[in-house]
Amino acid sequence: MRIDMELEAYLRPPDAPMPLYPAKVITLVTGGKMVVRQVFREDVPKLLPAVRPTLDIPRDYYDVVGARLYAELLAWQRYRYRDVFCIIGQVDGLLVGIVNSRMYSPQVGISLHTLAIERGLRVGAHLFAAKMEHHIEYLGQDEVLITAESPIGFRRWMIEYGLELREGQHELGGAAPYGLTREMYFDAKHRLVAGQRPVPPDLMEVAEREIIVASEQDIIEKILGARREIP
Amino acid sequence: MKPVVMAGAGMIPFERRDDDTLIDMLAEAGLRAMDDAGLGDQPVDAVYVGNMASGLFNHQVSVASALVDKLSLYPAAAERIENGPASGGSAIKHGYQAIASGMADVVLVVGGEKMREVIGPRATDVVACMAQPEAEYIYGVSLPALAGMFARLYMKAYGITPEHLAQVAIKNHANGLLNPYAHIRARVTLEGILTHPDSKVGNPIVADPLRLYDCCPVSDGAAAVLLTTPEIAKKLSAKPAITVAGIGQATDTHALHERADPTDLKAVTIAAQKAFEMAGCKPADVDVAELHDAFTILEIAESEHAGFFKKGEGAKALAAGETQIGGKLPINPSGGLKARGHPVGATGVAQAVELVWQLRGEAGERQVKNAQTGFSLNFGGFGNNVVALVLRREK
Repeated sequence: MRIDMELEAYLRPPDAPMPLYPAKVITLVTGGKMVVRQVFREDVPKLLPAVRPTLDIPRDYYDVVGARLYAELLAWQRYRYRDVFCIIGQVDGLLVGIVNSRMYSPQVGISLHTLAIERGLRVGAHLFAAKMEHHIEYLGQDEVLITAESPIGFRRWMIEYGLELREGQHELGGAAPYGLTREMYFDAKHRLVAGQRPVPPDLMEVAEREIIVASEQDIIEKILGARREIP
Repeated sequence: MKPVVMAGAGMIPFERRDDDTLIDMLAEAGLRAMDDAGLGDQPVDAVYVGNMASGLFNHQVSVASALVDKLSLYPAAAERIENGPASGGSAIKHGYQAIASGMADVVLVVGGEKMREVIGPRATDVVACMAQPEAEYIYGVSLPALAGMFARLYMKAYGITPEHLAQVAIKNHANGLLNPYAHIRARVTLEGILTHPDSKVGNPIVADPLRLYDCCPVSDGAAAVLLTTPEIAKKLSAKPAITVAGIGQATDTHALHERADPTDLKAVTIAAQKAFEMAGCKPADVDVAELHDAFTILEIAESEHAGFFKKGEGAKALAAGETQIGGKLPINPSGGLKARGHPVGATGVAQAVELVWQLRGEAGERQVKNAQTGFSLNFGGFGNNVVALVLRREK
């Protein structure tokens, strides 16, 4: 597809310079090592197949989160979303979760979505914490605006972090925004932010070699709880 | 009294069951038990439903009547039996009494609870309603809080360490992986839940010293057994009927602090003794046990109070692998409440279902070899109303 670069220059938003998120490794309750690392535009085609199966999962608003995340990733890849970053979790290369977020201004961040493919191991909670870590500690922002689609998300973010209700609307639509300030982040950090740096080279090599995506059926079973053969 | 057997057993997977009502779950478990017994057109004389709090969780009461209606079991007598988390065990006891007394020939006992209809803090509050209102609940005590205080005292008295508690969770989650009905199906490791610095976040403190993986999950689920006489069971099916050899029940003070020694679970000891006495056997005769590990500390404490180990020896037996499948006395091969889940009213019946499968040799990958005698302990309140059961496969 040919692109009219003159017109594209008008359509394509400029990106603000953003420091990179340094990768870390988190030991899960299973003993598994989850590499948490930033991914980039060129990685989006590898992520989309992991998001697509969630479009048909109404449980816990996975369909809403999945549809929005899919659109956000696609728009980011095709230069229609500005100042975005995306962090993933991988265990032995397998993609277990995705979070994305963006800078609204140098001072304020907007948390977009958290998608946990592996459930019950706090993968979503760990990745959400990583995203807040990036906003506050590496991008140096003062506040992150957050909302939740699902009751589980509300409990995880608004209650566990003790977030404060803000006026106005979150960028994701009519939902109420809640704010995480630097002070609140550092108060919660010891109990909600895990992980060690640097990532051992062997783990990092496996993670970077390939983003392995489970099959569509496996993703659905991981999210809904595996259907079991009952005798 | 007439002898009583469990002719059928069935349950549904414990998990979060958004698409089922409580009555749907009870009905499915009940049908499985009736089918397992080969009941056919034989009428059911009575239905007992073990359920703790359907009024609070689901805004529905008279659930036994609703179950009879759902399964068209009229004109069977029907009652809901409530004894907190031991509701299932109590329902089995009432079913036993109905058959043994000659009042009924066939009784369906179903235990069930749909707890995930409410959010977590609300579920915790509903369960906390069983605490003593003026001395405990009013001060904000929850069951994890009581268990935390109990754990602290028990650990100090008997030298139990956080590693011991973690070993209960590791063992039971490993067993749960072998149980297709278990709610939590993940292997956990000592590093992941205790020793690695990240475990402080991944396995946070719930009620010191208890962490998340020391506590059972909040589950939806139902389980059922069909009780009858040995003669009727023989006509219904060729499957070995499992004898209800002993039942014991005992109570203790409502408030934990009123006990002379809060670490002494007297009701557990007495209920177990009564059950063994009725069955004419002793703890050493038991091949497999299902204990009420709503919190990891309880598996250790109950294993001692029920008479399997001397006080202070339960943790050592655990550490030595004696309570694993393949060990001297496998405890909670189902995964226990810790991994199978704990829909409160269902638990006592689910323990019996697991024992029936174990004694019949139908427990699949988690089968305890040559199991002839099984024991279960259903812990109501915080040990203030306990039901113990001895089941036996007759030779």
